[in-house]
Amino acid sequence: MTPALEQIGQVPFLIVSAVLLVLGVFGIFLNRKNIIIIMMSMELILLSANLNFVVFSAVHGDLSGQVMTLFVLTIAAAEAAIGLAILTVYFRNRGSIQVEDVTMMKG
Amino acid sequence: MTQIVFYVFAAVLLLSATMVISARNPVHSVLFLILAFFNAAGLFLIAGAEFLSMLLVIVYVGAVAVLFLFVVMMLDIDFTKMREGLQRYAPFGAAVGAVLFAELVMAFLHWHQAPVRVMPITGGLGQPGGPHTNTAALGNIIYTHYLLPFQACGLVLLVAMIGAITLTLRERPTGRRQLIDRQHARRREDTLEMLTLPLGNSVVDNGGFRRPDTYYGTAVPGSWGVPEGEGGKVVKAVPAEGDHA
Repeated sequence: MTPALEQIGQVPFLIVSAVLLVLGVFGIFLNRKNIIIIMMSMELILLSANLNFVVFSAVHGDLSGQVMTLFVLTIAAAEAAIGLAILTVYFRNRGSIQVEDVTMMKG
Repeated sequence: MTQIVFYVFAAVLLLSATMVISARNPVHSVLFLILAFFNAAGLFLIAGAEFLSMLLVIVYVGAVAVLFLFVVMMLDIDFTKMREGLQRYAPFGAAVGAVLFAELVMAFLHWHQAPVRVMPITGGLGQPGGPHTNTAALGNIIYTHYLLPFQACGLVLLVAMIGAITLTLRERPTGRRQLIDRQHARRREDTLEMLTLPLGNSVVDNGGFRRPDTYYGTAVPGSWGVPEGEGGKVVKAVPAEGDHA
């Protein structure tokens, strides 16, 4: 455990992470029509998971958690790139990004 | 002092996260997302993850958030229409969020931390002869214990890159691309003609600019200026408008 973390303890970190997760989930429900904000909320959720990984890595003195954070960051970046590409193509075809209309894409 | 820094970072992080989901303008949402990432990087620093903190700033703020910003600004969307159902969805979302938070609190209150591993993977950090920095230790671990997942991550990024390009690439006849084999097969006498011009005449008097017969034969079908379906085979050059005055 780093000295800075020893002063604070893990509990405030975990509370911040939990609140961040709840904010992300709430954001998904709040902005149900705006898929860009939904994707940003997903980034917030992944960020809270990353925060948990880092804190437990520091608490246990085991760097594996930070490696997992690295992987989560990679997946999140790939997901954002693909999601935004799909969004761009969808907007090009339909002229809007209404989430309700997306059900028309099914065969 | 550390506690003050922590609470400042945590407060700004949570406030900007709130603004991300509640801002009226999506551009503001993205900017608050960037602020949230910066503060999360600060929290990572406090927790001792220097490399990941810098990675968060570079990868997230530098790439992902800017990508979001590009898309938000590029698409011409009426964002006021999107906020119509906000009041309708807010109570449901708040209920779900409250239930989730209550569950998290309950899980936390009844949680007993598992005993710490006897042999934690530290990458030799802090041991005599070991690396002195978080980054070096992380490199040791990644290339010792996590080589295959690391390579798989690279593969995921490659697939994501190819997928994004494939999805958004549009074949538009804006360029005049060549069929390389035909271009290479052209001979000099197909394209170049040496004329002895009489003095005092203009280009128009000498018959104007002429296009060699093989001109369209070297163009990719459908590219700009080439009639659809006529590229690829040697056709008689059709004088374009204004070629011969």
